[in-house]
Amino acid sequence: MRGLILLIYILFGTDQMFAQSIVSGKIRDNRGKSVPGASISIRDSYDGATSDSSGKFRFSTGEKGEKMLVITSIGYNPLEKSITLSDNQIDLDLQLRESPNELKAVVVTAGSFEASDSKRTTVLNSIDIVTTASANADVTGAIRTLPGTQQVGEKEGLFIRGGSGEEARVFIDGTLVNNFFYSSVPDIAQRGRFSPFLFKGTIFSSGGYSALYGQALSGALILETIDLPERSSANLGLSTVGLSAGYQELNKKKSSSWGVNYSYNNLLPYFALVKQRVDYFKVPVYHYADANFRVKTSKTGMLKFYATFQANQLGLRSADIDSALLKNAFSLRNHNIYGNLSWKERLGKHWKLYAGGSYSNNHDQLGNELQNQEDQAVVINYLPYSAKNYKGDISASLAQVKTVMERNLGGISAIRFGGEYLYFQDDIKFDDTTSKHVILNDHFKAAFAEADIYITNNIAAKFGTRLEHSSLINKTNIVPRISLAYKLGEKGQVSMAYGIFYQKPERNQLAITRQLNYTKATHFIANYQKLSATKTFRLEAFYKKYEDLVKVSPTLNNSGYGYAKGIELFWRDKKTFKGVDYWISYSFLDTKRDYLNYPYSLQPNFAANHTASLVLKKFVTKWKTQFNGSYSFATGRPYYDFRYNNSENKFDITDQGKTISYNNLSLSVNYLPSVGKINPKRFTVWVFSVTNVLNQKQIFSYNYSYNGAYKKAVVPPANQFFFIGCFISFGVDRSDDIINNNL
Amino acid sequence: MKKFILTISLILPAILLLAQSDKYKQAMVQHIGKIESAFQSGNFLEIANSFERIGDAEKTQWLPYYYASYCQVISALVGTDKSKSDVLADKADALITKAETIAGGSNSETNVIRSMIASAHMMVDPQSRWQQYGQVSAGHIEKAKEQDPTNPRPVYLEGQSKFYTPEAFGGGKAIAAPLFEKALSMFDTFKPATEIAPSWGKASTQYFLSQCK
Repeated sequence: MRGLILLIYILFGTDQMFAQSIVSGKIRDNRGKSVPGASISIRDSYDGATSDSSGKFRFSTGEKGEKMLVITSIGYNPLEKSITLSDNQIDLDLQLRESPNELKAVVVTAGSFEASDSKRTTVLNSIDIVTTASANADVTGAIRTLPGTQQVGEKEGLFIRGGSGEEARVFIDGTLVNNFFYSSVPDIAQRGRFSPFLFKGTIFSSGGYSALYGQALSGALILETIDLPERSSANLGLSTVGLSAGYQELNKKKSSSWGVNYSYNNLLPYFALVKQRVDYFKVPVYHYADANFRVKTSKTGMLKFYATFQANQLGLRSADIDSALLKNAFSLRNHNIYGNLSWKERLGKHWKLYAGGSYSNNHDQLGNELQNQEDQAVVINYLPYSAKNYKGDISASLAQVKTVMERNLGGISAIRFGGEYLYFQDDIKFDDTTSKHVILNDHFKAAFAEADIYITNNIAAKFGTRLEHSSLINKTNIVPRISLAYKLGEKGQVSMAYGIFYQKPERNQLAITRQLNYTKATHFIANYQKLSATKTFRLEAFYKKYEDLVKVSPTLNNSGYGYAKGIELFWRDKKTFKGVDYWISYSFLDTKRDYLNYPYSLQPNFAANHTASLVLKKFVTKWKTQFNGSYSFATGRPYYDFRYNNSENKFDITDQGKTISYNNLSLSVNYLPSVGKINPKRFTVWVFSVTNVLNQKQIFSYNYSYNGAYKKAVVPPANQFFFIGCFISFGVDRSDDIINNNL
Repeated sequence: MKKFILTISLILPAILLLAQSDKYKQAMVQHIGKIESAFQSGNFLEIANSFERIGDAEKTQWLPYYYASYCQVISALVGTDKSKSDVLADKADALITKAETIAGGSNSETNVIRSMIASAHMMVDPQSRWQQYGQVSAGHIEKAKEQDPTNPRPVYLEGQSKFYTPEAFGGGKAIAAPLFEKALSMFDTFKPATEIAPSWGKASTQYFLSQCK
C-alpha cells in the first residue's frame, strides 16, 4: 500500500520535488531585431514561455529527453528546434524568418491609388468615392480630387499628368470600357455613365500601371463591381433631375442574386428653375436600365453579369462665334448597350483563374445646324459657315474576351499571365460639305505576363511584359513594366515604377489614314508613402516622355513628341480634428508637347501648372447628418489660336494667353433619418448638394472666330449646380449605398 | 504482493487518466485565474500563449483554444495601438476556428468571441467599418443567444455595444442599462457546466451598469 501512496505521490507530486531543466534564450528576426511576444513551447507539453519586450524568454520544465521546441509568432514562419533535456540549462539564440503576408508586406504604390474595403491598408474606400462633395456621384469626379489629375471642365475624361483625356482608359472587372463617358457635347464635360454604387473597388493609376492592361498612355481607372448584396431590397429615388427605381433579390442560401434598375432623368423642371447659359431646344433626357446577376459558383468562385441599356438626347443652341446674327443648334441622340460577364475561381491549391468578356455598342446621331434669329435653318456656301452644317452617324462596337491565370509561387509571390482579344468596329458616317463613310475594323490581340516577387516583407518587385498587335495599323509592340517597393520601418515605404505604354491613334485620325504607328509614353515614377490607420502621407515624383504623338500637319504623321514631369503630394488625416476626416492633394506639373496642329512644343491647353484640392467630411451623429465639402483650385491654363499659314504651309500661333485660375467650392449634406432605428422597414437618405457655392467665375478656355479677330470664353452652361434628392430603400439598411446617388 | 501488483495494474490506468485530466484542469484553473490580473498587467498575450500550448498538447479540448482566442481578442480591444488590432483579431479568429473544429461546431460561447472579434476589427476605424463589421458582430450575438438563451454574455455584449453607440444611432446609456440589468440577473442564475467553462463577464457588467447611472 505504501507503494501505491508513493506512486500517487509520484504522479501528483508537485514540480518542485523533481529536478528541472531551464530553457532560456533570445529571439531575433532575420535583421537582428528582437521579437517580443513570440510563443515558445515544448511540443505536446504545457511547458513554454512568451518572449518579453527584449525578445528574451526563460522557463523551467520537468520534461526529459529528446524534445521539439516550437517557436511561433504572428508574421513569422514557425521555427522548430530539437533539444535534449536532462536537468540541464539550455541557452538558445534563435532567429525567426518573417513570413511574407499581405498585411505586413510592402505594396507597390508608385503611381496608384487604391480605394477598396477589402484591403485594410488603402488610402480611400468606396464610400469616400461617393461622399466627395464635388463628385456628384460620378466616380471620376472623386478621382479628380486626387493628385495627378486636372480640373478640366470643358471636356470629359481624366487628364492625367500632362496627358489628354483620350490617354486615360477605364476598365470594369478587367475589361476595357469603350464609352465610359456620355458622348461629347461641344465645350461641356460629360459625366461617367456608371453609378459609383456598382463598384466595390477602385484603382486609380496615374502611371506605371500593370501589364494586364494596355492602350492608355497616361493612366488607368480600374473598377471592380460589387459581389452579392447583403439582402433583398427595393429602392426608390426622387430628385430634382429625375426618378429611379430598383430591385435586388438575394436567394435564401445567399449564394446568388439578381437585380434590375431603371432611372429616368429629365432636366426640364431643373432648367426652368436654374437658368442655363445655353438655350436647350431639346432638354437633356436620360433613360438608364440595367440588369444584373451574381452567382457564387463555389466557395471561392464568383460569376457576375451586368448589362445596361441607355438612351439619351439633347439639343442646344449657342451664339455663332463668326456672326452676330447666327446661332448653332447642336443635337445629339445616343444609344448605348454595355454587357459584362466575368468569372473568378480558384483552381486547386495554387491556381486562380479569371475570365471575362464584354460587349458594347455606342451609337451617336449628332448634328449641327446653322440657324438665324428665328431659329430657322440657314445654309451659307462659303467658309467658315459651310462647315457648320454637319451630320454624323457614328457607331462604335467592341467585343472582347480576356483570360488571366495566376499561379501562387509560395508566400504571397505570384505569377500571372494571359491574353485578350478585342474586336473593335467603328462605323463612321459624316456629312458636311462632303459625305464620308468609313468602317474601321480592328482585331486587337494582346498577351501579357506579370510576376509579383516578395523577397521578404520589406522588398517586393513586380516584373511585367505585354505584347500587342493591332490589325488595323498592322503593328506590333512589346513593352517592359517594372516596379519595386522597399519598406522603411513600420509605416513608411518607397516605391519606384518604370514602364512603356503604347496607344493606338484616335478613331478620327485612323479614319483618314491607317499609315500611322502607336503613340508611345515612357513613365518613371518614384514614390514615398507613410501610412497609418488614421493618417496617410504620399509624395510622388514622375517623369514622362512622349514619343510618336500624332501630328496633323503637313499630313497625319507620328512626328509629335513631348514630356511631362512633376511632383505630387497627398495628405489624409482622420485624427487631428475630432470627427473630421480630410485630405489635401497638390500637383505640380511641368509639361510641353508638340502634337496635332501645334507649331512647336507647347504647354497643352488642358494642363495647369498647379492644382490643389481639399476634401472634408464630417458626420454629426446628433443630427444623423454627414457634411461634405471640397475646394479645388488650379492655376490658369494656356489657350492658343493656331492659324494655318498658307504661304509657309504650316500652323502659326497668332494669339495666346492664360485663363483665370479655377476655383470651386462644393458642399453636400446627407441626412439619414432612419439611422439607428431598430430594424427600420425602410431606409431613407436625403441628399442636398451645391457646386461652386461661392459662385466664382470659371473660364476653361477660349474659342476663336474664323478670322481670328474675336475670341470667346468657354464657360460652364451654369455657374452652379443644385441637387436635392430623396432615396428610399425598403428591406435593407443601405445608408452608405444611397448617399449621394445623384443622377 | 501479487495482489498489490494486480491492484496497481487495475488502478494505474485510472489514476494516470485521473492524473492527466487533473493536470489539465489544474493548469486551466490556474491560467483562468490569471486572466483577471491581466487587465492590470496587460500580459494577455502571455496567457493566450499558455492556453494555446495547453490546447496544442491536449488536442481534444476546445476550451484552451477558446480562452486563447478570448485573451487575444481582449488584448486587441483594450490595446491602445489600434494598428495592431487587425492582426490580433485575425489570430483570435484562427484560434476560435480551432476551438469550433474540436467542439464539433460553433456554440453560444464561441459566437460570443466571434462577435468580439468583429468589434475589434470595427474599432480600428469605426466610421468606415461600422457598416461592415457592426452587422457581423450583431449577427454573432443573435446566434449566441439562440444557441443558449440562458447565456448572459451575449446580453452583456449587446449592452456594451449599445453603451458605445451614439444616442442618435439608437444607442446610449438609457438603452444599454436595462440590457446590463438583464445580463446581471442572468449571471445570478447561470451555472457554468464545469469549473473551467466560461463564466466571465459579471464584474464588467456591474462596472458598465454603474457607468450608466
